[in-house]
Amino acid sequence: MELSLGLAFRAALRRELKLAWRRRGDLLHPFAFTLLVATLFAIGVGAEINLLQRAAGAVAFLCVLLALFLSVDGLFRPDRDDGQLDHLLVSPVPLPLLLSARLLAYWLVHGIGLTLACPLLALLLRLPAEQLPVLMLALSTATLGMSAIGLIGAALTVPLKRGGILLALIVLPLYVPLLIFGSGTVAAQAAGEPIAGALYLTAALSVFLATLAPFVAAVALRLGMD
Amino acid sequence: MQRFWIWLSRYASPPVFYRTAGLWRPWLGWATLLVGGPALIYGLFFAPPDYLQGESYRIIFIHVPSAWVSMFAYTAMAGAGAAALIWHTKLSEIAVVAIAPIGAGFTAITLVTGMLWGRPTWGAYWVWDARLTSELVLLFLYLGVIGLASAYGDARRGARAAALLSLVGLVNLPIIHYSVRWWNTLHQGSTVRMFGESSIHGSMLWALLAAALAAKLYFVWSLLGRLQLRLLSAESEKAWVARELKLEPSDA
Repeated sequence: MELSLGLAFRAALRRELKLAWRRRGDLLHPFAFTLLVATLFAIGVGAEINLLQRAAGAVAFLCVLLALFLSVDGLFRPDRDDGQLDHLLVSPVPLPLLLSARLLAYWLVHGIGLTLACPLLALLLRLPAEQLPVLMLALSTATLGMSAIGLIGAALTVPLKRGGILLALIVLPLYVPLLIFGSGTVAAQAAGEPIAGALYLTAALSVFLATLAPFVAAVALRLGMD
Repeated sequence: MQRFWIWLSRYASPPVFYRTAGLWRPWLGWATLLVGGPALIYGLFFAPPDYLQGESYRIIFIHVPSAWVSMFAYTAMAGAGAAALIWHTKLSEIAVVAIAPIGAGFTAITLVTGMLWGRPTWGAYWVWDARLTSELVLLFLYLGVIGLASAYGDARRGARAAALLSLVGLVNLPIIHYSVRWWNTLHQGSTVRMFGESSIHGSMLWALLAAALAAKLYFVWSLLGRLQLRLLSAESEKAWVARELKLEPSDA
């Protein structure tokens, strides 16, 4: 049977997207989580609308970042538990290719999906309306890089019983540049400065990470499984 | 080149390395004391006070050497990690796990001394200065490597996972460093940015360099000791361990 890499990539991507669609109810949880964190933040800050409004862009960014992090552990764990991961490892298709399909699907479902929570977050946090498109642009770009880092972290911790706090320790420090450039994009817009520089840096970093992460994650999975 | 690899593989073999490290360690220990002791005594008590910062600048004799070692150790750890992943040598796997706590310790010392120095100089223990922030992220990277290495039940697999993570961290460190600098200039245009180094004078410089050398020597001394212990525990079944420790051969 002819083995086409493009075919394998599409099949892997379709599988991930179909699974996500079948379990679409699960997506409500991270969605609700972002709103919950925003609510808690607003309550914690108190009735100071000015303070809330000034921090809104960064807080919305962080809410999505944390919600995205929470779903990282699910990247490989269910597949390990039902044996799917072993099939991935013995497949004749190069593992990084399958992982990049998985990364793409994860970003489309979780990254873009959570970015769609932004209008509601903007309402809750009183984000100035003109910052909303910039926030969504920056987030949809930055979540690609965050997903890539998550892929590495999940691959490194999948042999363990639980990712938990260790996964946070591995993944969150690596989020720092993406947070700086992504949230810097929104801050630049708020300050009336051009946003292109920060946005391009976010995009460049995301593409860099998304290109290399499948290879690193493939090495990590093979290390953990042999 | 061939001879180099033969030489390297000979010294990377656990029994040879164990014995060689044992020969080197006393010399390194004494060298650390002889270089570091006078440097610290001069720096902390006799060096002239700084014209601007007064006595508080003296902490750089601890702060700056620790900071240098904290970054040097991460590079060394990632180098050992690369060797572990490429050649699967046991010694380099063990080196990754052994370097991490030393590097984390120096990073913590750098942060604490930086905070102590910041209080009189900047008026606050913590300022979101670009260097302090990168150093803090570096500490988290170290903690991640330590945590990952110890979370695996099997020590070798844990060490290899930690090796891979240290390489990922090495690639990300420059990105983190420059992004933090960019962020710092974006948010606070004119932070007080007068690190002691620029205002240093010749009489203090040699003490600082000696302290830095002593910190490096200590790093190697401590590393060799840790490697020895970890080799013993990793190879506890082997005959050379019993010979080395002069244990009675067990009947089992």
